[in-house]
Amino acid sequence: MRIITYRQALNEALDEEMARDPRVFLFGEDIAIYGGAYGVTAGLWQKYGDERVIDTPISENGIIGTALGAALTGLRPVAEIMYIDFIGLCMDQLNNQVAKIRYMFGGKCRVPLVIRTEGGAGRTLGAHHSQSLESWLIHIPGIKVVMPATPYDAKGLLKSAIRDDNPVVFIEHKMLYNTKGEVPEEEYLVPIGVSDIKKEGKDVTIVTYSRMLLFSLEAAKILEKEGISVEVIDLRTLLPMDIETVVKSVKKTNRVVIVEEDCKTGGTGAEIGMQIIENAFDYLDAPIIRVAGADVPMPKSPVLEKLAIPDVERICKVVKDVLK
Amino acid sequence: MEITKELAIKLLKQMMEIRQFEDMIMELLAKNIAEGGSHLYAGMEAVAVGAISVINPDDYITSTHRGHGHAIAKDGDLKALMAEILGKKTGVCKGKGGSLHLADLSKGNLGANGIVGGGIGIATGAGLSIKLKKENKVVLCFFGDGATNNGIFFECLNMASLWKLPVIYICENNKYAMSVSVERSHAVKDITKKALAFDIPSENVDGQDVLAVREVVEKWVNYARQGNGPSFIVANTYRYYGHSRSDPRVYRTREEEKFWRERDPIIIFGNKMKEMGILNEEEINQIEEEVKKEIEEAVDFAIKSPYPEPEELYTDLYV
Ligand SMILES: Cc1ncc(C[n+]2csc(CCOP(=O)(O)OP(=O)(O)O)c2C)c(N)n1
Ligand SMILES: [Mg+2]
Repeated sequence: MRIITYRQALNEALDEEMARDPRVFLFGEDIAIYGGAYGVTAGLWQKYGDERVIDTPISENGIIGTALGAALTGLRPVAEIMYIDFIGLCMDQLNNQVAKIRYMFGGKCRVPLVIRTEGGAGRTLGAHHSQSLESWLIHIPGIKVVMPATPYDAKGLLKSAIRDDNPVVFIEHKMLYNTKGEVPEEEYLVPIGVSDIKKEGKDVTIVTYSRMLLFSLEAAKILEKEGISVEVIDLRTLLPMDIETVVKSVKKTNRVVIVEEDCKTGGTGAEIGMQIIENAFDYLDAPIIRVAGADVPMPKSPVLEKLAIPDVERICKVVKDVLK
Repeated sequence: MEITKELAIKLLKQMMEIRQFEDMIMELLAKNIAEGGSHLYAGMEAVAVGAISVINPDDYITSTHRGHGHAIAKDGDLKALMAEILGKKTGVCKGKGGSLHLADLSKGNLGANGIVGGGIGIATGAGLSIKLKKENKVVLCFFGDGATNNGIFFECLNMASLWKLPVIYICENNKYAMSVSVERSHAVKDITKKALAFDIPSENVDGQDVLAVREVVEKWVNYARQGNGPSFIVANTYRYYGHSRSDPRVYRTREEEKFWRERDPIIIFGNKMKEMGILNEEEINQIEEEVKKEIEEAVDFAIKSPYPEPEELYTDLYV
């Protein structure tokens, strides 16, 4: 199969959906001639013009409010917030307007809005350009939260998000844009709300998502050589969360490690862990352990940044701990 | 405006420090000695140097994501700034902040900011604090043209005017916010007009002319110290490098870049000093050599400095 980058996969998804549906348009900072801070929208302005690839002023609150108004009245905007670190500037629009409007209006409207953004550490950009804020978002009923880890999933999920009649926050990872993977030439979709077993195993289940999938798979490979069989589940969508796939796996392995990049306290792993306890407590032979980001703002220093997020070595160690 | 030899040397030297500092960072980024991003101030030196030269050491500034110039002009220590950008323990923020978060509260620098417009609230609050404490200080609040499109700008200018806070808002209009020109993103092209809505006096200034910047900022600093409230200055300038390292600058022409490079603030000021007989060629070259040495020492210091210890990850979060 054809191998392309995560960036290219996302670009193809946008291109295909714009070609398919004239109501789809892109809306955000530096997405036109610049092609987006990480190059995801490259070439689309040249192809679709000023009215379908719109460079906005630096007005995050306005971007999301305006995108919502357009979505409510028949268009299908794909808005971009350059870094998830800037989501705070539009959190009111997202939380109070975008997420709640359909419910508050008695189900009498639809909000076909995608908010693409990007997060995570790895480039030593410091505290305002490295955060993992997905747990803020999964606390908001009314939106969906998607975090793909592979080029295949990135493309298929973005296409599904654009076709979804609900608001979807689509969170990419800055360290994944250059990663490569198989992506078929022909059209396909990946459904939102379905997790994926990226590697089968029988001794312990790792539940993870986004960049931490890559770290987890690497750890699983190392552990395999030491005779430990790890099953790795990529959640892909955090809200709604497909806990059934996880529960099925737990019933087989009886042990769970959660690997997440966001801060541990009140993080996504807490929700995953609790759902496992609610649904599969009797099957657990050991406490669930989280390998998570440190509860600190992301430090600039490259040595501290590495320590602030999980690494392969720590994942291996924790997997061995739950097997003790 | 009277200009002494001492002042001329100070202004020229600071502008050269900033220029060489930024050129050096570009080199360090290319060699992967500096990691991550850095937004460079080269081309805009006269704004920070001119403006900050008219305030006192205990006055405040707030800076931006393009903050190396402000930090140097506010008496920043070149070694500690360079070390910070490399994420070293000896950095001005112990390596925790980096290029986007250079700050030195002991010198009145309330910090660079990774969030566009992020300093505007801080500056306004510092102004409120000065007023409530009945001090005679002022705040210089620096931000870009792009930042004036964000909500915080409007909210804060309204409050500053309402309460007559001693804040001088200085918009560094370098024509672009990343790739998007003022033309393409501002409903009013003359940004000074935005202050009209708040009854704040405003004016444009040539941001390549350090003496012009000084004159205008000094006027509004005096106005603020006399209790008249905020003002808004738009310094028209240009950044030489791309927005960040990876920017191929497709949104602007090489001719436009050439036009601005010919209006180089350091050359303009050097020539003027020669014309006025305040500095001669030899003296100017000598300053440049001195600065070169300082920058080399700063880089050497930064590279040789250790990284923070692992325990530092959890320190400084709470008091
Ligand atoms: C709230 C927010 N939105 C977007 C960005 C990304 N960004 C960083 S700098 C920049 C352009 C800023 O332009 P301007 O204010 O004119 O300052 P300049 O870079 O030209 O000095 C953008 C969009 C950010 N850091 N913060
Ligand atoms: Mg600008």
